[in-house]
Amino acid sequence: MRVLLADSGWLATDASTLSDEDDLYAAGLTSHGSVNLMLALEERYGVEFPENLLRRRTFESIAAIRAAVAGLLDGAPGGTGAG
Amino acid sequence: MRAAVPDGPAAMPPEGAAGVAAVAGRHADSVDREARFPVEAFAALREARLLGLMVPRDFGGGGGGLADAAAVAHALAQKCPSSGLIYAMHQIQVACLVRHGQVSAWHRGFLERLAGEQLLLASATTEAGIGGDVRSSACAVGDEPGGAFRLEKQATVISYGAQADAILVTARRSADSPPSDQVIVPVLRGQTQLEEIGGWDTLGMRGTHSVGYRLVAEAGREQILPLPYADISARTMLPVTHILWSSVWLGIATDAVARAAAFIRAEARKRPGTPPPGARRLAEATAGLQSMRGMVRGALARFEEVADDPDRLTAPGFAVAMNTLKTEAAETVLRIVGQAMLAGGLAAYRNDSPYSLCRHLRDAHSAPLMINNDRILGNTANLLLAHRDNGSLFG
Ligand SMILES: Cc1cc2nc3c(=O)[nH]c(=O)nc-3n(C[C@H](O)[C@H](O)[C@H](O)COP(=O)(O)OP(=O)(O)OC[C@H]3O[C@@H](n4cnc5c(N)ncnc54)[C@H](O)[C@@H]3O)c2cc1C
Repeated sequence: MRVLLADSGWLATDASTLSDEDDLYAAGLTSHGSVNLMLALEERYGVEFPENLLRRRTFESIAAIRAAVAGLLDGAPGGTGAG
Repeated sequence: MRAAVPDGPAAMPPEGAAGVAAVAGRHADSVDREARFPVEAFAALREARLLGLMVPRDFGGGGGGLADAAAVAHALAQKCPSSGLIYAMHQIQVACLVRHGQVSAWHRGFLERLAGEQLLLASATTEAGIGGDVRSSACAVGDEPGGAFRLEKQATVISYGAQADAILVTARRSADSPPSDQVIVPVLRGQTQLEEIGGWDTLGMRGTHSVGYRLVAEAGREQILPLPYADISARTMLPVTHILWSSVWLGIATDAVARAAAFIRAEARKRPGTPPPGARRLAEATAGLQSMRGMVRGALARFEEVADDPDRLTAPGFAVAMNTLKTEAAETVLRIVGQAMLAGGLAAYRNDSPYSLCRHLRDAHSAPLMINNDRILGNTANLLLAHRDNGSLFG
């Protein structure tokens, strides 16, 4: 995940210095960037984000993204903690 | 906030709106000619206590909803589009404070003052080098000792900046923050210096007096709205802006069609039995107006439906709906005024005729540029990579 973020150029900060809980928006993630991040995750993990996961909170930290992707890989539509 | 039902009866403009609109109409020509702030309309709005319309009653305001503010902006715009647009821009700032300021003591106090003193609020989002990319800032709120901050912004367009009692300014959260990590803060007249860096001699919307300023403010950090601007923008500022601007443009279109209809009726009276040649264009303009009204009322209803649900407000589907409202309403008003002009012919083309549509046409041309439609279409195109339309009739 960090490699993907680091390679993307969507953050203003070095992704390797971020903790799992750090706010990615404060690190420079824009809404434009989060759409591209979503597309890259879909390609990398072979998943598709349903509309109900496409909200600001889903991409707010590495931990939040990891939870969403894990939920999608488990086949739970909406991922863990969706509601 | 009161819901607006798209197919239900139109929301009645709040009490006093018609009287204020009449005042705005009486001075519209001189406001336009002299590119001056519509002082008379805003004195009347204060008198009618309509500047605090959306402030909750607990704070001494009118307790109205977005539909009420839209109805006032629409009524004003029919008589004086600059007055309508200023009112809309003021209420956009009010909506942000009402929806995101009540958690903080400073902002609760400010809401009381806003309603009590009928303060007028302006906005400084546009910045030199950044233009209409409102989700980016170059300037930053700098830390000062004792919980204060200093902020300097090259604000290339601030409508009625000189007349405003406070200006809501966007800036980076701190000197180290990336351009997208923004906050928004109201700075008061006494805390702010405005040095003019550009004039406002434009084709239309001349009464908004949107000159450029170097803005320097020194104020307390408690004035910064606690929620990040990214959230305030997605949940409130963007949808409310597009709904209120579209209501203003709808007001312009409404009056253009009314003038064309009056002209066609006068022609028909001269030659009963022969339909005037422009009547078909009037029918066309009326169809466009009907569709534009549906667009604005549909967007209002959609906002009211999800207004208290941050997840739905920040979903791409909602942003797509609000963006397309803006771009489509901006194009539609121009088309309608053009059709009304064809219906009215030279009577509409003259500056000195009761059927004149010259100011309508000039003012309407600001719509696609006010946050450029191309920029918004680009954002929408990006959102569409994520959004999947569920195909249902009612969203
Ligand atoms: C009547 C009026 C009142 C206003 N009042 C205020 C106010 O009170 N406060 C305030 O802050 N601002 C105000 N504005 C400014 C407004 O909000 C926009 O910021 C402004 O219209 C953008 O101006 P611009 O065309 O110079 O800049 P830009 O939006 O930067 O556009 C410049 C040019 O670049 C093109 N362009 C730029 N980016 C893109 C992109 N991503 N995709 C495609 N094309 C692009 C556009 O087509 C355009 O030709 C007002 C504007 C108007 C018309």
